[in-house]
Amino acid sequence: MDALFLARLQFAFTIGFHFLFPPISIGLAWLLVIMEGLGWRKGDEGYVRMGKFFGNLLALTFAVGVATGIVMEFQFGTNWALYSKFVGDIFGAPLAAEGIFAFFLESGFLGLYLFGRNKVSKAVHWFSILMVAVGATISAFWIIVANSWQQTPAGYVLRNGRAELTSFYDAVFNPSTVIRYLHTVDAALIAGAFFVAGIAAYLILKGKEVELAKRAMKIAVILGLITSLLELMPFGHEHARQVARTQPEKFAAIEGLYTTQSGAPLVFFAIPVVKPPELKAKIELSGLLSWMAFGDVNAQIKGINEFPAENIPPLWLTFVSFHNMVVLGLYFIGVTLYAYIQLRRKKLFETTWLLRLFIWSIPLPLAACQLGWIAAEVGRQPWIVYGLLRTSEAHSANVTAEEILFSIILFGLVYLLLGILYIYILVREVNHGPQSAKA
Amino acid sequence: MDLNSIWFWLIAVLIIGYAILDGFDFGVGVLSLFGRDEKERRIHFNAIGPVWDGNEVWLITGGGALFAAFPIVYATVFSGFYLALMLLLTALIFRAVSFEFRNKVESPGWRRAWDFAFGFGSLLPAVLFGIAVGNILRGVPIDASGNFLGTFLGLLNPYSIGVGLLSLVLFTMHGSIYLATKSDGELRDRCQTWASHLWMEYLILYVIITVWTWLASPFLFEKSMSSPFFYIFMIVLFGAIVYLPVLLKAGKFNRAFFASSLAIAMMLGQMALSLYPRLVPSSIDLHYSLTIYNASSSPLTLQTMLVIALIGVPIVIAYSIFIHYVFRGKVEITEESY
Repeated sequence: MDALFLARLQFAFTIGFHFLFPPISIGLAWLLVIMEGLGWRKGDEGYVRMGKFFGNLLALTFAVGVATGIVMEFQFGTNWALYSKFVGDIFGAPLAAEGIFAFFLESGFLGLYLFGRNKVSKAVHWFSILMVAVGATISAFWIIVANSWQQTPAGYVLRNGRAELTSFYDAVFNPSTVIRYLHTVDAALIAGAFFVAGIAAYLILKGKEVELAKRAMKIAVILGLITSLLELMPFGHEHARQVARTQPEKFAAIEGLYTTQSGAPLVFFAIPVVKPPELKAKIELSGLLSWMAFGDVNAQIKGINEFPAENIPPLWLTFVSFHNMVVLGLYFIGVTLYAYIQLRRKKLFETTWLLRLFIWSIPLPLAACQLGWIAAEVGRQPWIVYGLLRTSEAHSANVTAEEILFSIILFGLVYLLLGILYIYILVREVNHGPQSAKA
Repeated sequence: MDLNSIWFWLIAVLIIGYAILDGFDFGVGVLSLFGRDEKERRIHFNAIGPVWDGNEVWLITGGGALFAAFPIVYATVFSGFYLALMLLLTALIFRAVSFEFRNKVESPGWRRAWDFAFGFGSLLPAVLFGIAVGNILRGVPIDASGNFLGTFLGLLNPYSIGVGLLSLVLFTMHGSIYLATKSDGELRDRCQTWASHLWMEYLILYVIITVWTWLASPFLFEKSMSSPFFYIFMIVLFGAIVYLPVLLKAGKFNRAFFASSLAIAMMLGQMALSLYPRLVPSSIDLHYSLTIYNASSSPLTLQTMLVIALIGVPIVIAYSIFIHYVFRGKVEITEESY
């Protein structure tokens, strides 16, 4: 196994694991802003207990997110030294900005939120969870800025063998930043909503703190419905339109468009075959893709056949991950919409199968996040910076395959342990219920 | 002062801030290995519980700032120190989760396991911090085209291990003084004794390492000794070191903590001054060293980052002081505690 492959494997694995936690943290933090806000304004002890209970779970999730996040910040230097040298003039700034504008805020105020309940006024305490949520959301912004610059680089010039900054504004607000940010943060809110809804459903079914759980579930279902709808329209749709304009190879790959067509079809379902690249058992509607992407049923869209072989991303993985993400997105709308209808008919809490479905749906938004991330990152291949630097020319030349193999095994074992313990403790805490929640 | 120099000093300040703040976290972590019972160990955890991850952000921001301002150093050093960094990250992971994991299950075996994770997850970074500093001071094998030619075992040379020991002793002393400000009764008395003993060991090690540095890296002293700051830092450092045991004996722990913070700042400040304008000296040929000029970002990036720092840092400092102020005073174990 060569060093490049191992370096890619390590990055994919460590970022994939890390990315399970921030969406929950961001979504849960905003839900806590709502719960604690209600508790504070209404002086309602129930919301305070709910806040303590979910605040505890936020602390747990946040800890694993921080622990695995530090690895990410170091890994560009350790495993991708040539990349770091090439993009450092641009890429480092958002990471530093994340620390200064977001991470200090998030971690400082999380301590105050968790341990300061009886040390500061109720207003300041609510302000502290607000700052945690704001910090987490700003944090996501700078990370998306950095990653979006890899997708659609802007505000730079190639000089001295590297990309040098010419406009900070253009680099930050490159063509894909804003829509990718909205798409990602909204996904995090969906993850938070399903996390709370699933746990609340569990408590209702177990008959623990039912009144409290019902209130939490109500908030989560409404938030889940709104955010799921927004994720499709406009965020998902607009993001796809942006990809169609800025990264045509990626667009062709995720949509499964292998030959250039006018009146290109939208593929709803297909089984992709690798060699030769082809879609079997297609269900499609012709003209729809052209219309959605360019507002004209007859618009011509470039297929994979237009691009040189050395610039094409892996086709199977991008198609499959993108389509499954969309399926999950539609599922989120369906399930929250039905739950909302049942809520209005005052039947939600009696619909046991739906409550059970919510429990099993807790990991699904996280799966959608992973799939979306795979579509975005694998779809950018073979480039590490689209059009500028190939992934194969970006890793640390002086780090050997053995060293990387060692770190993969090390992180593999540590992360496996973290994953098991996280779930174990989460289940335990939920089983204890809000009754015994410590702050 | 040009932009490159400003960034050299800003990163030095971030590293110093990190050493002072996470330094006491490491110290308390190391001391927790000697905690006598569950109640004492919980005081260790809760003494730093609300603040440690804010403190660790100094490392994250320092890493980001290094990447942004001196990407060549970030890339060369981090890939060169590969295995050492992987060990550091593993240690930091275990320390980070030990707080949240430990208190969730009430079994003695479980708690002991996380005590060890916390203790060794603090001890290892405390040593590695010094080893990293030692290697930078000594110079690392960097060739004419800026590539690192060393090995992991090469980083574990006697001099750097010596500096690693110095940092372990210094952080543990710093942590025991911090813990003294946070505890009372028997534990505080023991912290007082530990701090006094560690002060003695620190003094001996400091003298040895200084002489050794003089012999190993004479280039560090060539320019720096003509700067007035070299002597200012030295006087303040000596003042802090001499005054520290007096304050400890008098039981003035807050002031003693200030003195040990000052000692850390002055030591690292002096090191930064001796390195300037080099960031990573080359042990093959000093001309191959990575400097603030050949390893930096473009002027526009340095300028942009400076604006970001000037807006962000005052805000960070303001609310950090507020948060530390809220959690001032002795640790009280309540239902909210770890």
